[in-house]
Amino acid sequence: MSRVLIIIPAYNEENNIERVIQGVIDFGYDIVVINDGSTDNTTNVVSKYNKIKLINNPINLGAGGSLQTGYKYALENNYDYVINLDGDGQHDPKHIDELLNELLNNNTDIVIGSRFLNTESYKPPFVRRLGMRLFSIIAKVITKQKFTDTTSGYKAMTKDVIRLFVSPEFPNDYPDVDTLILLYLRGFRIKEMPVKMYANSQKSIHSGWIKPLYYVFKMLLSIFMILLREKVFKIKKMTV
Amino acid sequence: MLIRQKILAITVSLIILFTIIHLIKKRKLREEFSWLWIITGIGIFVFAIWNQLLEHISILIGAVLPVSTLFFCGIVFLLCISLHFSVKISDLTNKLKDVVQRVAVMDLYISELREEIKKKD
Repeated sequence: MSRVLIIIPAYNEENNIERVIQGVIDFGYDIVVINDGSTDNTTNVVSKYNKIKLINNPINLGAGGSLQTGYKYALENNYDYVINLDGDGQHDPKHIDELLNELLNNNTDIVIGSRFLNTESYKPPFVRRLGMRLFSIIAKVITKQKFTDTTSGYKAMTKDVIRLFVSPEFPNDYPDVDTLILLYLRGFRIKEMPVKMYANSQKSIHSGWIKPLYYVFKMLLSIFMILLREKVFKIKKMTV
Repeated sequence: MLIRQKILAITVSLIILFTIIHLIKKRKLREEFSWLWIITGIGIFVFAIWNQLLEHISILIGAVLPVSTLFFCGIVFLLCISLHFSVKISDLTNKLKDVVQRVAVMDLYISELREEIKKKD
């Protein structure tokens, strides 16, 4: 029997986390909430549920850092599969088994839930969609595979992928298209599946203009460095 | 700008850029800490090859020589970098304090649990 863990990272999600927990609790899988140094009532809300394990990061590590806490927990406790979904209620939990089945049937090593393959999902604002399109094109050029939702945090993965994600190669802040490219270059199979996502009414890392600008810069730099490290730019020796 | 000054500025900017990329590649510098350094390197390179821009800025700020503008911009960038790292160090100091305090409290809990187990045995 395969062991499955659901990881829910949460930062100041006192208003949303209960809804997310109620959506996933009936699946019967182990659940761990990573409270990423929240300053609100998130800890108390999660503590009400005995079935759910709560890991409190003493300080705020960011999205990537808190997910990695969960991956380390999964690996130490010998879980075979991990599903992560955001604590803000954006991701509809009804797709959990669909994503998991793809792994159980050995169709892929990691499944990414895409809001753009699902017609019922909300669509992000135009400027953000433009940025996502840019990264989709970059990902397609490198991987020869089409990715529609490069910023999705709704993922299911095997133990082999988790082993890579607990290494220092996993980013602390935004594990998005750079991580997909790294997975591709390491030979992992990646698949996208339609999932329903809701709009996040609260804060977003993509709001304002400085953070999105920084995000684009950092992501481009990160992709470039992955290509350098993986020796994609290796110059072929000229044969005379 | 003299050709020797131009060569010097281009060489320095390229050395900065290659060093930054090498450090990130070797994971000795994280991407999120590198952006100001990369802007500095690119800034010096642009000024070195685009003389007119440097001359326009020199006139704008009242500098006599374009080279003075280049050095002034360099000093401003260095100040920004120093400030950026001061902010980061302050943030890390606070985070380290929180982690140490948390570990200390957990250490106490573990000692108490051990005592309880001993009593039960």
